[in-house]
Amino acid sequence: MFFVRVNMTDRTYSVTDVPEKYKHLAGRGLTSNVIADEVPALCHALGPNNKLVFSPGYTTGTSAPTSSRVSVGGKSPLTGGIKEANAGTSWAADLGVLNIKALIVEGFPEEKGKFWGIAVTWDGKPKVEFFEATQYAGKPLAEVHPAMYEKFGEKISVCSIGMAAEHGYSNSGVAFNDQYKRPTRYAGRGGLGAVMATKGLKFIVLNRAGAPGVEIVDKALFEEGRKKMIDALRTHAITKPKGGLNSYGTAILVNILNEAGGLPTRNFSSGRFEGAPKISGETIFEKNKERKGKEVYNHNCSPGCIIQCSNTVYDEKGEEITSCLEYESAWALGADCGIDNLEDVAKMNALCNDYGLDTIETGVAIAVAMEGGLIPFGDSKAAIELVHEMGKGTPKGRILGAGAATTGRAFGVRRVPVVKGQAMPAYEPRAVKGIGITYATTTMGADHTAGYTIAPEILGVMGKQDPLSPEGKAGLSRAFQATTAFIDSSGHCLFIAFAILDIATGYQGMIDEVNGVTGNKWSADDILKLGGDILKVERKFNEAAGIGKEADRMPEFMMKEPLPPHNVTFDISDETLDSVFGEL
Amino acid sequence: MKIKLKLFANLRQYLPGAPIGEAVEIDVPEQYTLGELAAQLKLPPDEVKICFVNGIICELEKILIEGDEVGIFPPIGGG
Repeated sequence: MFFVRVNMTDRTYSVTDVPEKYKHLAGRGLTSNVIADEVPALCHALGPNNKLVFSPGYTTGTSAPTSSRVSVGGKSPLTGGIKEANAGTSWAADLGVLNIKALIVEGFPEEKGKFWGIAVTWDGKPKVEFFEATQYAGKPLAEVHPAMYEKFGEKISVCSIGMAAEHGYSNSGVAFNDQYKRPTRYAGRGGLGAVMATKGLKFIVLNRAGAPGVEIVDKALFEEGRKKMIDALRTHAITKPKGGLNSYGTAILVNILNEAGGLPTRNFSSGRFEGAPKISGETIFEKNKERKGKEVYNHNCSPGCIIQCSNTVYDEKGEEITSCLEYESAWALGADCGIDNLEDVAKMNALCNDYGLDTIETGVAIAVAMEGGLIPFGDSKAAIELVHEMGKGTPKGRILGAGAATTGRAFGVRRVPVVKGQAMPAYEPRAVKGIGITYATTTMGADHTAGYTIAPEILGVMGKQDPLSPEGKAGLSRAFQATTAFIDSSGHCLFIAFAILDIATGYQGMIDEVNGVTGNKWSADDILKLGGDILKVERKFNEAAGIGKEADRMPEFMMKEPLPPHNVTFDISDETLDSVFGEL
Repeated sequence: MKIKLKLFANLRQYLPGAPIGEAVEIDVPEQYTLGELAAQLKLPPDEVKICFVNGIICELEKILIEGDEVGIFPPIGGG
């Protein structure tokens, strides 16, 4: 495996063996360690000293099921802290097949307003070529992605940034192709797209032709693990074919969170939205059936995924509006804005993909602006126009593009649902306490994926825990955060957790796969420790960046304002929050 | 006594015609439990994963009272 460093100051590159200290790391573990070692914590995220690191997980590029994830790391312009965002895409698998353990983008071009692309191929080792890409800037991604396939052939994968990143927004993601060449799979959170833009880098094109693939040290063990993982994913009710995720997509969660009183509505002023069913996974499924004349099951976002949860939303004529509309996006652009028009929500989702915006940050920022009186709650047409303004880079669009926290300041709004400057996702922390502890304490800023306690608190996965009770939730969040840091390094999609947290052989399967690839002999305890070590590295970076435990707090309104319908507040003490990392 | 009922995802087929997410009023005997209600509706036991009564997650032993709003979900996940 190789480290590939791309220097955008002079557009040169180097290929070296993986340094000894990083050999046992991959995915999030690797991106976070390289950032912690090489990026000054106090640097400006959009300045010359930040870096962007791409790393495939241990199993990415192998035949392990649902393992085509890539981690993207850097210092976040949104939170000011360390950031890892990951995505499922063939680009991830190709990076692994090209034997690239880390692709590190560094340097800073002096000439502003110009963009380049890089094309990575195999020539005995990874080879990088630069090409001019300024002509592709200032246009929606769906328009410019096809040019890459025309230029480099059909068998490539493409990473890119959109206009949001070009504008320097703290809300800007890094886009990757899906299985149908759409630029719609995002490492979306935390503004890493803008970091890539500051390097003058618009595209990273990978061509795996001739590359040797991922070396597997113990093939028998890997095969054993792979079979265990496949069995778990194919038998668990949530992940199996025509199971919950394959039928209804992640938006299946709209109704259950609404039922639990935990669906943040109209800028986190209620836990129930009367229009929730209209933007739910069930409605998407039923409308698609009516519009396509048959039941439409979901597809995979990346090669080798057997869960296949990506939906498509069709309009009345049966034409595609967007793919995929995730739960978080349906909620952020829907319930949180008081919008129940599914087609308009889907349209906004498509625009976010086109402009390179994170859907969560976009929806929450618009909802904050709605509370500030910019447009009324529920006005979907006006909301669509605001997303266009973000794409165009108008002054109003730029305020929104800076994220929910900045939008709150610009419009004098007190109820701003962020932690460490990052917008909260689709679970009300007052009604689901464990996820609130994760939002408050994760190194990432408010992030549900960092420690998804929703599994036991709402979904009955890995037992059942009362969502309204704070009892034992700090320990629960800590355990989920450490396990997640490892899963984010494994190369697997986090959704394997639904199956492997209930099916012990599946969990062992993940460990066997990783040990098979790497030749390590890690136990379940070891991987929990490895996950914890990643968190500690991230935490140390954040502390050096001035983001210590004082930042592990919820917005004041959540502690004071009772949330309907259960009329609950976020009643977790500072000591309990501090114990999450204090006892790690 | 009358209660309100909502079935979700694959369980919707056991309440044919009910609009998605809208409660249907049904009659059940006094002291009826969630489990008895699920059995009456012929819901496959392994498809009854999470039950809400008035927005609170409850077990099948929960005794219902007049006016309760019940929501039943099969195994689902997302994020």
